[in-house]
Amino acid sequence: MGRAVGTSVRRMDGDDKVTGAAKYVDDLSFPDMLFGATIRSTISCGEIVNTHIGLPPEFVVADHRDIPGANHVALIDPDQPCLAEGPIRHYAEPVLLVAHADRRALFGVEARIRFDYRERTPNYDPERSDTCFKQIAIDKGDLARGFGDADTVIEGEYRTGHQEQLYIEPNGVIAVPGDGQITVYGSLQCPYYVHKALVVVTGLAPARVRVVQAETGGGFGGKEEYPSMLACHAAILAIKSGRPVKMIYDRVEDLLATTKRHPSVVRHRTGVTRDGRMTAMDIDVVMDGGGYATLSAVVLSRGVIHAAGPYRCDHLRIRGRAMMTNTPPNGAFRGFGAPQTQFAIEAHIDRMAGALGLDPLRLREINALRPGDTTATGQTLGKDASALPVLREAVKRSGYKQKRRAWQGTNRGIGLSLFFHGSGFTGAGEVKLASKASLELTATGARILVASTEIGQGTRTMLAQIVADAMALPYSSIEVHAADTDAVPDSGPTVASRTCMIVGKLLERCARDLRRKLGKLTPAEYFTRHGAVVVTAQYEPPPGQVWDDQRYAGDAYGSYAWGCNVVELEVDPVTFEITPTHVTAVAEIGRAIHPVMAEGQIQGGTAQGIGYALLEEVVMRDGRMANAQLTNYIIPTPMDAPLIDVAMIERPYAHGPFGAKGVGEMPIDGPAPAVVNALRHCGFDVRAIPATPERLMAGKLKVEELAVESFS
Amino acid sequence: MIVTINGKRRRLDVAPMRRLLDVLREDCGLTGTKEGCGEGECGACTVLMDGVAVDSCLVPAAHAEGRAVVTIEGAAAAKRSARALQHAFVEHGGAQCGICTPGMIMAALPLKARSSRDQIKTALAGNLCRCTGYIAIFQSVEAALSPARKGARARRR
Ligand code: FES
Ligand code: FES
Repeated sequence: MGRAVGTSVRRMDGDDKVTGAAKYVDDLSFPDMLFGATIRSTISCGEIVNTHIGLPPEFVVADHRDIPGANHVALIDPDQPCLAEGPIRHYAEPVLLVAHADRRALFGVEARIRFDYRERTPNYDPERSDTCFKQIAIDKGDLARGFGDADTVIEGEYRTGHQEQLYIEPNGVIAVPGDGQITVYGSLQCPYYVHKALVVVTGLAPARVRVVQAETGGGFGGKEEYPSMLACHAAILAIKSGRPVKMIYDRVEDLLATTKRHPSVVRHRTGVTRDGRMTAMDIDVVMDGGGYATLSAVVLSRGVIHAAGPYRCDHLRIRGRAMMTNTPPNGAFRGFGAPQTQFAIEAHIDRMAGALGLDPLRLREINALRPGDTTATGQTLGKDASALPVLREAVKRSGYKQKRRAWQGTNRGIGLSLFFHGSGFTGAGEVKLASKASLELTATGARILVASTEIGQGTRTMLAQIVADAMALPYSSIEVHAADTDAVPDSGPTVASRTCMIVGKLLERCARDLRRKLGKLTPAEYFTRHGAVVVTAQYEPPPGQVWDDQRYAGDAYGSYAWGCNVVELEVDPVTFEITPTHVTAVAEIGRAIHPVMAEGQIQGGTAQGIGYALLEEVVMRDGRMANAQLTNYIIPTPMDAPLIDVAMIERPYAHGPFGAKGVGEMPIDGPAPAVVNALRHCGFDVRAIPATPERLMAGKLKVEELAVESFS
Repeated sequence: MIVTINGKRRRLDVAPMRRLLDVLREDCGLTGTKEGCGEGECGACTVLMDGVAVDSCLVPAAHAEGRAVVTIEGAAAAKRSARALQHAFVEHGGAQCGICTPGMIMAALPLKARSSRDQIKTALAGNLCRCTGYIAIFQSVEAALSPARKGARARRR
């Protein structure tokens, strides 16, 4: 025994998913249930002065006056109302709720409700905004001295657009009222976030509020904070009507109203010596937060911490701002700020290499972080700092050097990106969360009690593998309890690549504890003699981990995963259509608990990154998504998914379960810059994504420009 | 109207223009068929109608009159390759969140044994998956349709 970790055991939820037996929220139904809909603002900025409702009495209608508790969605700042009371900050802001027993009666219901507005001029440009949600400054060394040591200074501005998470199952919840209590079932990542929001809005005691995760059809961050809003809406209707209320968004509403990845503008000024050593980095990051703060502060935080990329530089200054605009709030999406800033640094590196007449690979080798080096926040890296190993492996596997030479001057291109991603909450985040995990002895083995959710990434299976090995029991003897706030402790949200490394470690501790209790007895013997027993572990930071939130300095993360992508593509010289043909994705993730699932995370994240780079464009017109349909918001299909060759390198992290670090988010950091670097290799100067054929046409460089470009 | 659903003849009293998807999910309790977009783009609602894969969100109920409809719940009974596909999707990482999976399996069901990668891609062209990046899905289908290659995970390219 002790063999589950590192093998691809059969995933626990697999059979239910392939037979159609798995119950997602829209598959659930309760007696006497109503269906709910949201009536939203049709302006981006102003105030509602009058409301006209033309609905027959069989409709239940609720507005902000029906909120029993406080009218805000509890997250970080209490600025976002659950239902608008007057002021409107963005298009599609929720104002009214309606419910009806017949789902079809709600179709087109918004046409029977009219608002009179007093409009104000909206602002859609984060750089012109006068409201800043969060500002962060990182300083290291002496910037002036760093620039003094440089032979040349290279500047650049890089832009990324919105990106939609596009889980295939739209957001949805069901609220079931009881005697002075409420239960919400939903498609969600973070049961305790929803719980906290419900307590505020319903005014009920925490013990009277219960949140249960239904099977969830993808999240990618898109079900981190938004379900709190939706759950509150359903709860308001359920409390008002006294009946269960189901609210399921259709695709259009989901696209129009829910959060997306923050658009960004990143500016670099880098001092570099003739032989390619970066002596100074001056980085400015602006993120478009949208209408309310939601998670912008923490997205910005992860973004700025990763903004210098996996490179050593003694003198640097990073400034970051998350600004308000009159668009629907942007929020969590796999990568959480790091894909934006690492896009910028990685595109910048290739432009610098061009300017210095160096191969971009060489420039990366010279500057890559090595064990013992310090990051932008001054964190000293351990032996598992793997920038060079992943770079070398990717170069070797892909035949980068030879293809780079052979394809020079053709319409085929090859480009690479080097990146890293911190696992777990940033800075003191994990200490503040103080997550708990529990393990319960059963007659046949053990049952895992955590609030970490299965959203496709394999949480249940992976945690059971860890527990099985730590208890020396077979994998099949471990069960996982549903993520139900009445039954499981708060293990923190299922975000930030933390479930395996942080919650997995807590469970490993529980499992070893329980094993010790058992002594020589089997679970069955112990259970017969002593009955059920539950052990709990709470997070403690690894020894020596320090973070200074004032100076934004110290150990930003327990550890980092490392990645390198090589993208090969072809450009049609007439239509500028881009076909990515092959991606090499090398990842160092400590230890792959379940190789097939870990590889699935890397392939899936890489494909999303390719979509981010080439296809996925949220067209904002007057603050509203103009292409809010799957017909014209394009994600990769089976026909345009490139081959992805994944290689995993394992360098065990001392404080992760069986050496594991996080894997979920990192894969999306690398594809976009590798794509634009491959485009640069075929003669296109692209500094903004998505790199659509239109952008490509505008960025076509002449060969002579290419040789000397980018000295700005 | 009379429809054969998963091998059973059923008499259904439904409005002719209701979506087959809703009739299956709401009237027949067959919730294995999913809705991802409602506009024929994602394929999560794929079922077989007289052996052909269709998006049930685009099919008016009246259109199913007199036909044989198979959903994921009836797949294993309807076609021998279904079990192999279901098994392979679990084994090879073809199902992550699982919301696209019933549709993927239904779309793959008409494929012949030993179909090529290109034939598989064409069959699945109308089905979106946001979790896997598709590679594991292709490998799952290949493993199910070409038993000789079963488990040949090394065959990546
Ligand atoms: S729900 Fe039918 S194709 Fe998307
Ligand atoms: S497995 Fe999640 S969408 Fe395909």
